[in-house]
Amino acid sequence: MPPVLELRGVTKTFPGVLANDHIDLTLNEGEILALLGENGAGKTTLMNVLYGLYSPDEGEIFIRGEKVSIHSPHNAIDLGVGMVHQHFMLVPVFTVTENVMLGVESTKAGVFLDRAVVAERIREISKRFGLKVDPDTRVEDLSVGAQQRVEIIKVLYREANILIFDEPTAVLTPQEVDDLFVVIRSLVEQGKSLIFITHKLNEVMSIADRIMVLRNGKMVGTTTPEQATEASLACMMVGREVLLEVEKKPAQPGEVVLEVRDLCVRDDRHLLAVKGVSFQVKAGEVLGVAGVQGNGQTELVEALTGLRKVESGQVTIVGHDTTTASPREITESGSAHVPEDRLRDGLVLTLSVADNLVLNTYYQAPFSKGMALQPEEINKAARERVEQFDVRTPSTSVPVSNLSGGNQQKVIVAREFSRPIKLLIASQPTRGLDVGSIEYIHKRIIQKRDEGCAVLLVSPELEEVMSLSDRIAVVFEGKILDIMPAEQATREKLGLLMAGVQESVQEAAAV
Amino acid sequence: MSQEEQPLKEKQEEAPPERRSLLQRIFVRRSRRSAILVPILAVFTALVIGAVIILISTPAVITAWRNFLSAPGEALSLTWITVRDAYFTLFQGAFGSPADIVAGFQAWVKSGDSKALREALRPFSESLTISTPYIFAGLGVALGFQGNLFNIGAEGQIFIGGIVSVFVGYSISGLPMIIHLPLALLAGILAGAVWGAIPGFLKARTGAHEVINTIMMNYIAFRLTDFLLSGPMARPDGLPITPEIKPSAYLPLLFGQPMRVHWGFILALGAAFVVYWFLWKTPLGMEIRMTGQNLHAARYAGVSISVIIVLTMALSGALAGLAGTNQVLGVDHRLVRAFSTGYGFDSISLALLGNSHPFGVVLASLLFGFLRGGAARMQSVAGVPVEIIRIIQGLIIVFVAAPEIIRSLYRLKEVKKTGPVVAQTTEQS
Repeated sequence: MPPVLELRGVTKTFPGVLANDHIDLTLNEGEILALLGENGAGKTTLMNVLYGLYSPDEGEIFIRGEKVSIHSPHNAIDLGVGMVHQHFMLVPVFTVTENVMLGVESTKAGVFLDRAVVAERIREISKRFGLKVDPDTRVEDLSVGAQQRVEIIKVLYREANILIFDEPTAVLTPQEVDDLFVVIRSLVEQGKSLIFITHKLNEVMSIADRIMVLRNGKMVGTTTPEQATEASLACMMVGREVLLEVEKKPAQPGEVVLEVRDLCVRDDRHLLAVKGVSFQVKAGEVLGVAGVQGNGQTELVEALTGLRKVESGQVTIVGHDTTTASPREITESGSAHVPEDRLRDGLVLTLSVADNLVLNTYYQAPFSKGMALQPEEINKAARERVEQFDVRTPSTSVPVSNLSGGNQQKVIVAREFSRPIKLLIASQPTRGLDVGSIEYIHKRIIQKRDEGCAVLLVSPELEEVMSLSDRIAVVFEGKILDIMPAEQATREKLGLLMAGVQESVQEAAAV
Repeated sequence: MSQEEQPLKEKQEEAPPERRSLLQRIFVRRSRRSAILVPILAVFTALVIGAVIILISTPAVITAWRNFLSAPGEALSLTWITVRDAYFTLFQGAFGSPADIVAGFQAWVKSGDSKALREALRPFSESLTISTPYIFAGLGVALGFQGNLFNIGAEGQIFIGGIVSVFVGYSISGLPMIIHLPLALLAGILAGAVWGAIPGFLKARTGAHEVINTIMMNYIAFRLTDFLLSGPMARPDGLPITPEIKPSAYLPLLFGQPMRVHWGFILALGAAFVVYWFLWKTPLGMEIRMTGQNLHAARYAGVSISVIIVLTMALSGALAGLAGTNQVLGVDHRLVRAFSTGYGFDSISLALLGNSHPFGVVLASLLFGFLRGGAARMQSVAGVPVEIIRIIQGLIIVFVAAPEIIRSLYRLKEVKKTGPVVAQTTEQS
């Protein structure tokens, strides 16, 4: 029997990038194929070719032995190829049923939408594959995990047999990841074939039947979880040995750099998101803030960096009260901020790499003199930083949008770390990055710490917090439940705190 | 497998850096080329469609085509002659008659008397005169676009700039020109700036959308001018016209009568350079562009968004106000009702056509100025209604606003950014 899906010699180039270089891929019936690679390795491009969003420059696609050409997502769906996107394609104010039927509406008498029929089929599908979702709920009221289940139902509703999951775990909590894996296994048991795109090694090891590794647009090899180890996969992905653990010396804390006392902050809906938080960060130490996303971390960081109004309490940076200071005053006080969402806050995508490297210092000497910017100085500094921080870019004058995610993050890190700083506030500094970039950014953070910088690291990735921090604070529903030295922290202990389980504050957490 | 691996490895080792930069260069060049090519093709296409409209609105041509089978030659030649005459007179109306210009030039060289030459170049001068307020107002709207602000209030700012300049122009006397003229210009600039800053302030403070508020400010400006013209600023004889400004506040003519083109045109070109320099070479300009491209990142970078919004709107209003000032100080020397015939609204299209770039705005304004300048002669000589030019202008804007039409028409390859990034950014938005 021919494989369900076969790609032969697929090549796709973009101006400046060879995204896919003669890629061969086979997917067998009832198999989970993990497509592993760093960001920018060409995984998503390859899948977009398969889903009809891009047309390949060269190469052939076979489905069940038959040669096909896929022009559009519509076409792909007809051929039984479905895609669960990384960023959900859902209409928030529509119900689950309406979202699922969007584009393939069933009608009564030709004009009236027949929601009941669709809802019934959704129940059927969700029962069959263990996808718990109520068809009548509005999508905006669903958790992220449930929204993803709606995306999966959408694909199944369209009777896809080949399912592509594009980085499905990026937005999920650990529990939701476990739930997703249960669903994925039941899909495969019932004869679906899956392609699972990711750059997370542990996921690949636990879910995949076969692993294909992409690097720089080329297929570097195929293996199985039995034959491979996380280290060997990382090595294939990056093309060299990678240190998964961060090497660091014991911290040598100095004086207090950041002091937060009884801080309260409201979120966009005017609800208290940070509820009376107090902590200190000393020079030469990393304080990690662990917690499931959405427990006030974003608001906390925004308040500390001047992007959000403080409701009450006090923030002191190197002895200066910065509670009501503007972002610029805080920046000038010697603090650096690696923002959570680099595309939203950290970069102006249409500006050049050079401009983005001076995004918060452009008005200072030597980048400005009197009324005028000094392009030579800006470009000189940009070239130095690109070199020093190993930013892969064709030149410093291209828009930063042309860079891969990892290199965009390096631009931010280069900008923030090359100033003389005393405090570093890093919020999810490695979100969505590949192994190589993560390793690099971790090394740089520790290097800053060893230079005597105080570091506040906020991350929902437990491994990251545990491996970098000297002390760990756990937030839950806007409060810090505990702060402990990193040596005393175990996964279990932190996990319980992250879920809000702690004797002394149990009542408060239950409210 | 091993056969394939060998050549791949070689490629991987040597190719990437150089190939990337080469392709990058091609990509950049192509994108720039497309930014210029699309407007040019838009103009061309609009002229072709304009020709078709001219033909079907000319009864003689229609009759000739009815008899196409019996006299095909006549139909074809009449078609050709009609279009040729229309566009030739348009050209003459915009630039002047080439023969007259040559004759005038010869007379000037021979006798040193430039009168004939000036007379021959009068249409050219008229076109430049029409282009001037377009440039000012277009620059204003474009500057707003760079800051992601839609200043629909250019028309109102033109009125306010004009009326304040006129007031300074006629009410003060006895000043030397070197003081009076700058004073009148400055008054118009400030008035436009204030008129633009008000919606900016409302947006910065309350989040009120600038589109709505600039439109409302237009109405206030129109009615305020009406009121002032009907009483406080009316001429002594009661006509709704302001008194004439003092000659010391005139923008002097560049070449003398009968060429009406005045120093305002030079000022407008200067303004384009200043706007370019300001936006791309100064920290403040960078802040405006940053705020326009990504408000969140600008805030993160320490830019005070409210200040930038008010400032951008004020500068945008100042430039539009200058358009009005330019008209009263350079052309009309007084202010009459409805003295601006939609320059402010056209300027929105011009900013779009000029890709929100100061130099693009200058080119677009010249194009519109010449089209409008030539239209009158086209009507009187070739009998083609002025409205055709309006239709052509409209078509140009449609094609520039929807470049896909032009791209598919001429099979231009779409300029794509690198694939993965496109996917990322579109999903983000």
